Amino acid sequence: MTSELDIFVGNTTLIDEDVYRLWLDGYSVNDAVALRVRSGILEQTGATAGVLQSDTMDHYRTFHMLERLLHAPPKLLHQLIFQIPPSRQALLIERYYTFDEAFVREVLGKKLSKGTKKDLDDISTKTGITLKSCRRQFDNFKRVFKVVEEMRGSLVDNIQQHFLLSDRLARDYAAIVFFANNRFETGKKKLQYLSFGDFAFCAELMIQNWTLGAVGEAPTDPDSQMDDMDVDLDKEFLQDLKELKVLVADKDLLDLHKSLVCTVLRGKLSVFSEMETNFKNLSRGLVNVAAKLTHNKDVRDLFVDLVEKFVEPCRSDHWPLSDVRLFLTQYSVSVHSLDGFRHQVLWDRYMGTLRGCLLRLYHD
Amino acid sequence: MPGKLKVKIVAGRHLPVMDRASDLTDAFVEVKFGNTTFKTDVYLKSLNPQWNSEWFKFEVDDEDLQDEPLQITVLDHDTYSANDAIGKVYIDIDPLLYSEAATVISGWFPIYDTIHGIRGEINVVVKVDLFNDLNRFRQSSCGVKFFCTTSIPKCYRAVVIHGFVEELVVNEDPEYQWIDRIRTPRASNEARQRLISLMSGTGSGSAGKEGGPLKALLRQQTQSALEQREFPFLTLTAFPPGLLVHVGGVVSARSVKLLDRIHNPAFVGIMGNTRSYKLLDWNSFNSDEPETRDAWWAEIRQEIKSHAKALGCHAVVGYSESTSICEEVCILSASGTAAVLNPRFLQEGTVEGSLEQRIEENLPVGCGFCHIPYDELNMPFPAHLTYCYNCRKQKVPDVLFTTIDLPTDAVVVGKGCLIQARLCRLKKKAQAEANATAISNLLPFMEYEVHTQLMNKLKLKGMNALFGLRIQITVGENMLMGLASATGVYLAALPTPGGIQIAGKTPNDGSYEQHISHMQKKINDTIAKNKELYEINPPEVSEEIIGSPIPEPRQRSRLLRSQSESSDEVTELDLSHGKKDAFVLEIDDADAMEDVHSLLTDVPPPSGFYSCNTEIMPGINNWTSEIQMFTSVRVVRLSSLNLTNQALNKNFNGLCENLLKSLYFKLRSMTPCCLCHVNFTVSLPEDELIQVTVTAVAITFDKNQALQTTKAHAEKSLQRASADNEEMLQFPLELCSDSLPSHAFPAAKEHLESASSNSGTPAAQRATSVDYSSFADRCSSWIELIKLKAQTIRRGSIKTTVTVEKASPMGDGNFRNRSAPPCASSTVGVVKMTPLSFIPGAKITKYLGIINMFFIRETTSLREEGGVSGFLHAFIAEVFAMVRAHVAALGGNAVVSYIMKQCVFMENPSKNQAQCLINVSGDAVVFVRESDLEVMSAQQPAVNCQPSCTGEVTT
Repeated sequence: MTSELDIFVGNTTLIDEDVYRLWLDGYSVNDAVALRVRSGILEQTGATAGVLQSDTMDHYRTFHMLERLLHAPPKLLHQLIFQIPPSRQALLIERYYTFDEAFVREVLGKKLSKGTKKDLDDISTKTGITLKSCRRQFDNFKRVFKVVEEMRGSLVDNIQQHFLLSDRLARDYAAIVFFANNRFETGKKKLQYLSFGDFAFCAELMIQNWTLGAVGEAPTDPDSQMDDMDVDLDKEFLQDLKELKVLVADKDLLDLHKSLVCTVLRGKLSVFSEMETNFKNLSRGLVNVAAKLTHNKDVRDLFVDLVEKFVEPCRSDHWPLSDVRLFLTQYSVSVHSLDGFRHQVLWDRYMGTLRGCLLRLYHD
Repeated sequence: MPGKLKVKIVAGRHLPVMDRASDLTDAFVEVKFGNTTFKTDVYLKSLNPQWNSEWFKFEVDDEDLQDEPLQITVLDHDTYSANDAIGKVYIDIDPLLYSEAATVISGWFPIYDTIHGIRGEINVVVKVDLFNDLNRFRQSSCGVKFFCTTSIPKCYRAVVIHGFVEELVVNEDPEYQWIDRIRTPRASNEARQRLISLMSGTGSGSAGKEGGPLKALLRQQTQSALEQREFPFLTLTAFPPGLLVHVGGVVSARSVKLLDRIHNPAFVGIMGNTRSYKLLDWNSFNSDEPETRDAWWAEIRQEIKSHAKALGCHAVVGYSESTSICEEVCILSASGTAAVLNPRFLQEGTVEGSLEQRIEENLPVGCGFCHIPYDELNMPFPAHLTYCYNCRKQKVPDVLFTTIDLPTDAVVVGKGCLIQARLCRLKKKAQAEANATAISNLLPFMEYEVHTQLMNKLKLKGMNALFGLRIQITVGENMLMGLASATGVYLAALPTPGGIQIAGKTPNDGSYEQHISHMQKKINDTIAKNKELYEINPPEVSEEIIGSPIPEPRQRSRLLRSQSESSDEVTELDLSHGKKDAFVLEIDDADAMEDVHSLLTDVPPPSGFYSCNTEIMPGINNWTSEIQMFTSVRVVRLSSLNLTNQALNKNFNGLCENLLKSLYFKLRSMTPCCLCHVNFTVSLPEDELIQVTVTAVAITFDKNQALQTTKAHAEKSLQRASADNEEMLQFPLELCSDSLPSHAFPAAKEHLESASSNSGTPAAQRATSVDYSSFADRCSSWIELIKLKAQTIRRGSIKTTVTVEKASPMGDGNFRNRSAPPCASSTVGVVKMTPLSFIPGAKITKYLGIINMFFIRETTSLREEGGVSGFLHAFIAEVFAMVRAHVAALGGNAVVSYIMKQCVFMENPSKNQAQCLINVSGDAVVFVRESDLEVMSAQQPAVNCQPSCTGEVTT
């Protein structure tokens, strides 16, 4: 006797959170059944394996039908076919768009194109995340990216409005979109120690300060202005950053800057002498990073440069985080006392964000 | 009564992409009613068109209004080729014809296509202006309400019980043309859908099946209904207090008939088989020979009637009729519960004089219905009688089987449980006459075995009565299946059931003896365990008080039935099992072994779960508000062609048990909960296929309160019963008295003979001092009566509307908002669905009208849609969605008495095709949470908590 057809349809759609997780994780029905058996559910409920199989199939079928709606979450709210309480709808959406840390680190900053999609096989093997789950996560990134990339206004708000995600998740997606759009390199070996959270933190700061939206006013002529408010870096700002070069090119200015910083920090840093000897190198590094940002290639390498030019030297001298904080604060503030330097506002816009990023990036 | 139907097409959303090039759609809408069609403008390039049309006005006769659905077709405009249909919406405008029900239909309806399923939604507003032409009104049945509920709706009161109404309508099944491929599948599907819904519109009576018994209709009434006047057949399963006096037992009749395919292309019931579809609804018909079929049913009813008479009863309640068709053989079945009804509710002359004496003046509460209605010295069959364990005055049988719900005032010990008897019998494949004969020969054995199984299982549970008994016999090509479901309870009035004794015939064999005693022990243990599980601990009663049982041959059965085949040969079965206390099972042959094993393999539901097939679970009163209605369908293919009866039984048993287990597992998060109204339907769509469809509702309850003593339960239910009574008395008297002047309404004398049987007065009304029996006397035609009633409703409604508004200051709209959880962005309100006639923790304030919908869905890409399971899963979900959308558009927030009448599924995997036909119905209602009501009554202390008494009754 074989079951040809076996369905259960409730007036309120039944959602089993555990099965949903298994489905999201890309397990086949049989694997999911095996995992559920291992969880001890049969003993708890007195059910048989057959019952579990049928239940799992049912849920998988429901999820499969819901998936189309989850691709455009507002549709899930307005559709009539599945009666789902709002709290459950929110859960379905949130979980569907939740991604794995291991996966996002592989994809972050990569172009969300077919080419990358082909690499999903490798990513799946490397991370141990099923290919199906990788595909879902990748498609989610791409879908969100496509919807919001051309949109004006706050990136987080746009994502929230079109995908009904929680604030936290919407921020993460904003970072993913921002990274994908600017193609920041995150996969280099020396960047491996960084978590998605580190990058997301930096992305948020950069979105707040370095994009067009950050200036706080719409471009004068919206039609000609092809840049998106929140997704692209402010080109003019990047162009202007060249002006900072004077801080290291002008020897007097550099010396003055160093002496101002050293005067204040003397006795306050445990690594004062290391700082003193390295000051010029560090300053050159930070300013050169800024000056190079006019080239797309260098924008992509921003994080590599920051780690190479600043994080690694400090780490090799065993700077404690508190010293890094003190140094960076003093380093930025002292520039205000440099009489010959005219780009104070520009410097603050650059250093304010960079300081935040560096502090976040500075860990083992 | 003519009227003006007004329709406005507002907007569409989520339309499918019809133009690949632009990824958009140029949609417009055709609105059709009768022969008139209107079109909206084409809304270019949008998946969310805003037509905002003018009001399309149709001037129509009320017959059309009642019969025709409004047909809305959404199309994609194409300049160069034919316009493509996106899908359709059929709107039944019947609910707008009762002034106290819905006044406007407005909302988002899913656009349905028989090939693609739901494709977006359309926002429509529909209104009806009826011209109040009193003369025309007389020929009209406008205002006669239909209900799916098999009890009297809570906010209505029965004034008169008319009896059973039916109407047979016939039509050609367009499917035949489809078979010939004359039309496209879509056109054919739509034609069928429309036709079926039209037929059901014309014959909405359908009283025999699920239709409102009390409230039926009819412009053209058939002979058979008139014939029933001496003998009320009621489809009611729950009764107003005082109506039900005694219950005799189950009466049933079956008949095997041959359908003449050539002359009668339309059949009774909707059934399909591998070769062709036969359409049918038994209230549908072919005008050629309705008499033949009328005669078949008349024959069966006559039989039921004589069985009931033999039980000393003058009425049959909880009555239902069904058919099972395979090829040209058709089994007609009817069953009900013989009962004595309170004559005060019925027209004088209906009840025979001799019965009057049996009705005690002061019915003992809680056990009266158990008392035997027949003369103990002149019993129709040998029975084992004792004095009632409750009142000690009257005789009661030892076991009671009924098809009705447990009366609210019944005193029950412990809890009830679902009891099922399942049986398969192989049958040789045969044609026509030979087939009919083979089936006729098998039927008595099936009945006997099903009955034995029920009895055994009942004893095993330690219970003594069955309610809601429903025996379904399904015929297939090579087998017969019987499935009996009922809810077992322990009635305090009946004696404690004896145990089950196992006896072997070879007593000298030692090991055999051991085996027997082992088995006996297992059975005894199971009984003890069940008693504990269902909390059955009746108070000890000593024999002296009760008096010795009447020394007479004993038997366990209240079941009288008969089979007849075309030849009208009637076989009466003696179902008495002979022995005294213990029920003896002899296990000599393999069959008996099988029986014992199957007894023991039934697994009780996991803790926290109860199940029953009646409206409510006996012994549980403290429902909480969470409900989950569901439909589950399983189709299994039997593995081998050389099946034995035993293997078949085992498979079928396993199928049902597994299905139940799956349900318990799926609903585990709701525990403690009870599956109520568990309704199994078995069909045999093909040779080796068995399809089982289950619809039920899971309702949560409060465990702590559930542990109260039985006594408290009884008291509680008594209180409840009396509370119900009071509520009824609070019915606005205006309305009743208002109907008095209408007696003067000229009555048509020529219908005099039919009037006598069809009227009566309810108990509650006695208190109003309105003499309704004289009212009934004066009203000489029941048809007239209905018209009067309808008119009364209309006139009365103005007054009652005022009452409603006073009582519910928040208005319906607010109720709806309240029931929908606050979700800022979602516009979809929650619509509850339940097969029960009530919603726990809530009060139904308005009946908006009957929902009766037919859908056909077909696919030619079965694999792509997820196989048969994916296809049917999606289809059923869509059906639910469409029911909810229609209810919401009527302004309702729930469907009660929901039933899936048909679910005919057919597949052809090799062609990657499948097709399914579903018919669902229910009553659209507005409910208010009791907690909300309290808030309201606190605000409005002057108004009692029955804001809902808007209606009058209908029959």
